[in-house]
Amino acid sequence: MFRFESFHMYGIIGTAVVLAALMTFSLKKAKVKTIDGSDLNFTPKTMSIARYLIGGIIFGLGWAMTGACPGPMFTLVGHGVWSILIVILSALLGTYFYGILRSKLPH
Amino acid sequence: MNFIEFISQPWHWSVSGAGIVFVMFLLLWFGGSFGASSNLRTLCTIVGAGRNHSFFNFDWRDNLWNLVFIFSAIVGGYLAVTYLASPEPVQISQATQDYLTTVGIITPATLQEGMGYVPAEIFSLETFWQPKNLFLLIVGGFLVGFGSRYAGGCTSGHAISGLSNLQLPSLIAVIGFFIGGLLMTWFILPAILTF
Repeated sequence: MFRFESFHMYGIIGTAVVLAALMTFSLKKAKVKTIDGSDLNFTPKTMSIARYLIGGIIFGLGWAMTGACPGPMFTLVGHGVWSILIVILSALLGTYFYGILRSKLPH
Repeated sequence: MNFIEFISQPWHWSVSGAGIVFVMFLLLWFGGSFGASSNLRTLCTIVGAGRNHSFFNFDWRDNLWNLVFIFSAIVGGYLAVTYLASPEPVQISQATQDYLTTVGIITPATLQEGMGYVPAEIFSLETFWQPKNLFLLIVGGFLVGFGSRYAGGCTSGHAISGLSNLQLPSLIAVIGFFIGGLLMTWFILPAILTF
């Protein structure tokens, strides 16, 4: 994806974002509720640059390094790629370290 | 060609994209949202991280729906490769295949050589334990886990859910994803692979 030698991933994510945006707009306009009558979960995020940019860069480094983001990590377990379990365990460790260090990081 | 053979071919990207949005709709309709990385936090909480750190101090049962989602993805992956397996390995672009060869990774041309979802040189049972490969798996995984929680989301939560809801923070996160991804792909990974 990051070598720009294939459109495929951009096609998937691009299609998903466009269709999801249309869907989100329509669901809000029609005031659709969840199956048990509550509001749909469209939580707005508080603006910040540091946390999203730095966190994003760190994530991007790992994503390109392993070729997997959290969803595919689990799908690959279903594929029988057992070594991805190491990636998952390490991701849990990374999450844990974030939890420990979080008060010291710029947000 | 029967129906199973038809859908066992690789799906067009527009179909995958639409499929993702359908999944997102289902999650929203049942009161959840589409975002995989928060499961990493929940899993830490289940094993007791909440005892020492407030970030993990919540009732993991509130996020049970998302754990079911991510573990079902394992089942989905299994069903896909077992019953809907494509007759060919993943069709990586020729330019990328040529590049990968220069860093020692051969793209499988037939299924006997491999399915091609991950490079066998790094992930296979015969090779993953080699120091260079372990480094990639462990450090890469750690960065994904740390970065996704720091950014408060990954590609599903920010690139898809966030952008479609016109969230500026998500756009910043996605820009971050790209900076990191490009740095790794063009500078860091080649150096590691050819070390």
